[in-house]
Amino acid sequence: MKVAVRRTGIVTQEKIVFTIFLLLFLGFSIFLPGFLTANNVALLLQSVSVLGILSIAMGVMIITGAIDLSMVALMAMSVAWALQLINNGMPVAAAMMIGGGAAILVGIINGILVAYVEIPPLFATLATAACVYGFGRFSLISQDTVYLPASLGELAEIGKGRVYGVPVPVIVFAVLAGLVALLMRYTKFGRFAYAIGDNRATARITGVPVRPILVLQYTLSGIVAFIAGLVQATAVNSMNTRITDTLLIYEVILVVVLGGIGLSGGKGGVRNVVVGTLLIGTFLNGMTILNIQFTAQNAIKGMILLVAIAIDQLINPRDEQTSQQGDI
Amino acid sequence: MTGSFHAASSRMLPIETGEQMKHHEEEAVNIMRDEIRTRKNGGGLLKKATMRGLLGALAMLSLSSLWHAAADTSVEGIVDPTIKPYFEAMKGKKIGYVPFSMSYDLSKGWYAGMQIQAKELGYEIITRDPNWNTDVGVQAMDQLINAKPDIIVLQNPDLQSYAKLLKRGTEAGIHFISVNIKSAYPTYYIGEEWELNGEAEAQYIVDKCGAGTGRSGKVAVVQGILTSAASAYQIRGVTEVFSKHPEIQIVSNQSANWDAGKAHEITQSVLQQNPDLCGVIGFWDGMDIGAGSAVKEAHMEDKVFVVSSGGGYKEAACDRLMDGTYAAYFSYDVRGQARDINNLIRILLQSKPAPDAPKFTLPTRGELLTKDNIKPGSCWTMDDFK
Repeated sequence: MKVAVRRTGIVTQEKIVFTIFLLLFLGFSIFLPGFLTANNVALLLQSVSVLGILSIAMGVMIITGAIDLSMVALMAMSVAWALQLINNGMPVAAAMMIGGGAAILVGIINGILVAYVEIPPLFATLATAACVYGFGRFSLISQDTVYLPASLGELAEIGKGRVYGVPVPVIVFAVLAGLVALLMRYTKFGRFAYAIGDNRATARITGVPVRPILVLQYTLSGIVAFIAGLVQATAVNSMNTRITDTLLIYEVILVVVLGGIGLSGGKGGVRNVVVGTLLIGTFLNGMTILNIQFTAQNAIKGMILLVAIAIDQLINPRDEQTSQQGDI
Repeated sequence: MTGSFHAASSRMLPIETGEQMKHHEEEAVNIMRDEIRTRKNGGGLLKKATMRGLLGALAMLSLSSLWHAAADTSVEGIVDPTIKPYFEAMKGKKIGYVPFSMSYDLSKGWYAGMQIQAKELGYEIITRDPNWNTDVGVQAMDQLINAKPDIIVLQNPDLQSYAKLLKRGTEAGIHFISVNIKSAYPTYYIGEEWELNGEAEAQYIVDKCGAGTGRSGKVAVVQGILTSAASAYQIRGVTEVFSKHPEIQIVSNQSANWDAGKAHEITQSVLQQNPDLCGVIGFWDGMDIGAGSAVKEAHMEDKVFVVSSGGGYKEAACDRLMDGTYAAYFSYDVRGQARDINNLIRILLQSKPAPDAPKFTLPTRGELLTKDNIKPGSCWTMDDFK
């Protein structure tokens, strides 16, 4: 595998981003009163944990040379459906199984569309996102916003609880990051993912089960979306499915690309996602403390995404041999 | 109802048959005629006997005609000449309905209320769902105007987007009822007065955090999309009130884009920066639940007063007041608004005003709900419209 050798350069994007993060963090700590407190750092992490959780799955997808744009729609709709079922009187466990099951099912469908029907992932997942949102809104939930049922009990702690002062969403993010890092590094699944992302045709000829791996990846993405949705819904006591219409999915891509996972695939790891998440989290938290307007924040974020993609183009140029129309 | 009442009452009265009554009436009329004749002939003095006879006759006349009338209505009733035209004015009419989106509490409540009356009076409601998209809304309005319904009930996305269409439609003879957001082009309006809403919320915060309360006076404002009329008018009302209260200090004034997650994040940061925060003003319940959750999460719901506003849907309003997410909630009750829309439809279909007739507004009277003043009927559910 080429992966290990690729990253021998001294200046990598991950290092650049990490340095920017450190500088920003230091700057805020010195100039923004109240920034560097244990609680604020906890809040900073909490505010990006949903973004981080989604980014981990997206990172894995992009490493494999695929992408999943249906993640946010799936997260919103699967959890909203589960909450709606509970509100309608279904036991919590059953509703969660149905919601989670639906997320997995859509993941599998995505995988089949990309791996077997061979629709470019960009289009396949964009279409499923529209389907999931449209179908869900039409026939599964009664309103855009589904409120958290009181009967959820302990499960509600996923979004708002704290363990030894650490917000549970941050713990979920950390555990997931750890698990996926191990998965990518030490299992066949992980190594195959890198191989497929690097050169799909070669991987296939070498005997890597490309298609099943892709299906598995989209399934994983579905599960992660459901977990992220649970965190989001329990934190704000409701699931607003209109989150699908926001820029969240692009922020997820921003985190991944910013962290240094090249859009051309085959490179990077969970560490990049964590670094990207930290930078965005620090940046958002600082801007909120500075009372900078949301629209201005969006503009700045958009510019960062542009710069990050431009840098990515320079550091990870497209492979002339394998790139084709419709690739991400 | 009235028919059956008359029938019952005439059954209970024993005495005269129709024939007898007629006879009595004739008798009374004859006596009166005689009396008038005597007067005309100059017979000035009224004899006692004649007087008695006259009074008796009058009494008999009025009584018997009453009986008579009662006996008649028991068969046919009295025709109210206004009721038939009323139903005819409604029957078969077409009402367009274009809200922001068909999938949130306000638009669903209005629609359910409108449906009840439509079924009752036999007119049709044609809905178009722009699903929060102004472009789709413009298209939907355009098509609907071409189909030429009698009335279009709409929710403007902002002051301008539909203005040209409204002008064209009005000139074509369609009546427009704007709900909750006005348009630059005048239409009939029922709904929120956002500025008053902002004022009410700000006044609540002044009462809780202002001079003499011993609290910090620090307030965070969580706005919606900055360009939306609802948000812009509300902030106007808020700043108006706060300008008279220098002790109130706005420590954060940000847009959460109508998004609960963003409101949660902003409120968390603000709380972290200002542990002595006293109030949070939110502009819409669907977003403010994030702000309220952040305060609750920090176990500060007794110290930080979160005030929100919305249509008074039970899960969004009363349930949240009871569980401490909000300290106060300014409700523009959707049930009342649905009734106002229905009344406006009935008025317009009957009075058929000319396209250039002056337009009027019916502002919704909002109510500030708190845990202490809510009653079982303060909030609504979809069952209220069944």
